[in-house]
Amino acid sequence: MASTRTHPRREPYDGVVVGAPVTIPYRRYSTNTAHWWVGRAVREVIQRTGLRSADIDGLSLSSFTVGPDTAIGLTQHLGLSPRWLDHVPLGGASGVVALRRAARAVQCGDAEFVVCVAGDTNQVDSFRRMLSTFSRFAQDAVYPYGSGGPNASFALITRNYMRHYGATREDFGKICVAQRANALSFPHALMKKPLTLDEYLSARAISDPIHLFDCVMPCAGAEAFLVCREDAARSLGLPAARLLATVERHNAFPEDPIQYRGGWAMDVSELYAMAGVTAGDVDFVETYDDYPVICMMQIEDLGFCAKGESPEFIRSHTLTADGSFPHNTSGGQLSIGQAGAAGGFLGLVEALRQLTGGVLGAEVPDAKIGLVSGFGMVTYDRGLASGAALLSGGRA
Amino acid sequence: MTEPLSRPRRKNPLKKTPVPLLPQGTRSRTALGLTAAAAEGRFQLQVCGDCSMVVYPPRDACPRCLSPRLPYQDVDNGGTLLAETTIRTSTDVYFRERMPWRIGTVALDAGPSIVAHLHGDLREGERARLQLKLDKSGQAIVMALPASDTPNMADDPQWRELTCDPKYRRVLITDGRTAVGQALAEALSAAGASVIFVGIADPWKPFPGEEKLRRIERVEIVPLDLTDTTSVDECAGEFAARVDILINTAEHVRTGGIIERKGLIIAREELEIRYFGLTRLAQAFGPVLRARGADGVNSAAAFVNLLSVYALANWPAYGAFSATEAACLSASLSLRAELRQGGVKVLNVFFGPLETEWYQAVQPPKVAPASLAREVVRALQQGLEDLFVGDVAEDIRARLAVNPKALERELGS
Repeated sequence: MASTRTHPRREPYDGVVVGAPVTIPYRRYSTNTAHWWVGRAVREVIQRTGLRSADIDGLSLSSFTVGPDTAIGLTQHLGLSPRWLDHVPLGGASGVVALRRAARAVQCGDAEFVVCVAGDTNQVDSFRRMLSTFSRFAQDAVYPYGSGGPNASFALITRNYMRHYGATREDFGKICVAQRANALSFPHALMKKPLTLDEYLSARAISDPIHLFDCVMPCAGAEAFLVCREDAARSLGLPAARLLATVERHNAFPEDPIQYRGGWAMDVSELYAMAGVTAGDVDFVETYDDYPVICMMQIEDLGFCAKGESPEFIRSHTLTADGSFPHNTSGGQLSIGQAGAAGGFLGLVEALRQLTGGVLGAEVPDAKIGLVSGFGMVTYDRGLASGAALLSGGRA
Repeated sequence: MTEPLSRPRRKNPLKKTPVPLLPQGTRSRTALGLTAAAAEGRFQLQVCGDCSMVVYPPRDACPRCLSPRLPYQDVDNGGTLLAETTIRTSTDVYFRERMPWRIGTVALDAGPSIVAHLHGDLREGERARLQLKLDKSGQAIVMALPASDTPNMADDPQWRELTCDPKYRRVLITDGRTAVGQALAEALSAAGASVIFVGIADPWKPFPGEEKLRRIERVEIVPLDLTDTTSVDECAGEFAARVDILINTAEHVRTGGIIERKGLIIAREELEIRYFGLTRLAQAFGPVLRARGADGVNSAAAFVNLLSVYALANWPAYGAFSATEAACLSASLSLRAELRQGGVKVLNVFFGPLETEWYQAVQPPKVAPASLAREVVRALQQGLEDLFVGDVAEDIRARLAVNPKALERELGS
């Protein structure tokens, strides 16, 4: 059961910064392995920072397709000898979770330079094979029911949300259309054509009410970033963002008969209290956008509006990078593609670009504080993992 | 409202028969408890032995109190359909050729939310009845039905995937000389079977009930002698491609244990009719049934074995007979695994002494052939795999579950 107990005050992330946001351009299908994608991302971090492999003393890996390897196998594969190692198989929550663990390791001195990397390949049959074996519950209680994959699971969540809170397809469409507008200037997005609301509405149904443009496109790719101390970043001349606060929660609200909120709702007050800011101070938001209904839940659960008010909130804001509520500023997975676990890093890596300079596409004017949110792992009927991080920009 | 099925047209012999595909049948060991319940048409879920929480999907620890005691128990099957979706794109070939396909989230009154297949007459927000069914892979799935019956509801395509409904199917009853065979012909005709082939060995020999049997609508007498391989092969050669449900009604009931038989003549005859008869049928009809598991409205659906409940526990008063029945049961379990590859079910029907001349001296309760036939048809309509008919069969089953050794002594005293 969800506990409402308050926690003892958490140590702030004093002196911890995050930098070197890396995106390896995605591809729809790849003949390469996950190891290849992960290796390219780590190499890019090293080249960007001027560090040597020997300097990397912490590694955190997220990948669905790196099997039978885990993070340990990658140390030998990539020629790294870290003294701190983590494997974060949390899908869409991987980025935030990898970051908060790495931050504490750096802060306590267990490691100096932690590379957090997520990468997956996508071969023609890999998505289908992953679905049927994704979890024991998926095998026993989801896959035999039409094998619609996450489209069907999220269709049920979306239907319920629409019925209860009056969200319409136009509301979801507005999120997707704005993200596409953001993506048009982002060089690595797989979707390169503008999307109109009419095109969104008239797209073919996949699993009602989910239509084509509500779905992310599985692809291959990798994302990475570096976590280190502020003084270390400074000596490298590395632009970096400060970590203000994080939260993480799994299997929140198991008594809800169908998902209409995520773990953020349990921890949101702690998130802002730890950072010493409010939702009103946030300049842009990178939500986890596997389906637009989940963006709506995050907007509510992260305190931008009350539960059930996202449809109205969406209607009254512009969501592009230059809008009144800059959201998924590089286009999100809906427009860039979902490179497996890298999808859980995408928003975080984009936030780092917005906060440290080096934006590749649409820029949020004068961005100082960014909120990144993660969500993942539908093992049965709902996403189990959730997390969020607040970061602040400017040169450390 | 379910669109009533229309009688399938004659098959175009030039058209390719679709290869029977199966939905994924892999399950965790714990989830097979659902399969056990579905096989008999019960609605059972895990119920925590310590805190009584009803648990789904199947687990090995109670999510409320972490108890490892999670036995399957009958649970109230009422609930509300919270949300539905129509899947139009599937990653699985079985479902791809059956699109669109509806599923939904049902909040069960007993507690958990269950993602279930949806009957066409059930709508979002409505009350639902859940049933456990065996899908074509032979594993359990949950199907949500409207709270009360609707017209033609058995004709719903997602429901018919799960059942072996005789409506518009062609049935072969292997021995029409028996009272049970004749009762089945009548029940299947009433259930809408499009033709009922009834096997008769030596059709020139008259038999009791013949005239009545021939008068049943859509019954067609065919020569079939289960003790003769050539006869079985010839029958299959002519009819196998038109048999969707095969019901083996061969009987050979004689009293006596192993010692009393004095020689092998009766035992051989018994095996010839029952065990070898079953083997001949399986070899002659099995391959065709298995190839036609996805052949449209009248796809091959079931192979039905009528078995004495003493196949499960020997009754020494009918000791040699019980042993033959046990052999038939064992063979039917192999046959079940073999036919499952084609999505064809093997229904085993267990019953106690019948109200027939061969059980003349046995005390009641006994099973009337007509009620046995009625139950078999119901089990086909429900898509069951194991059926126990009558008080004696239920009693043996219950006692066997409690203490097999006690039952052995009691039957032998």
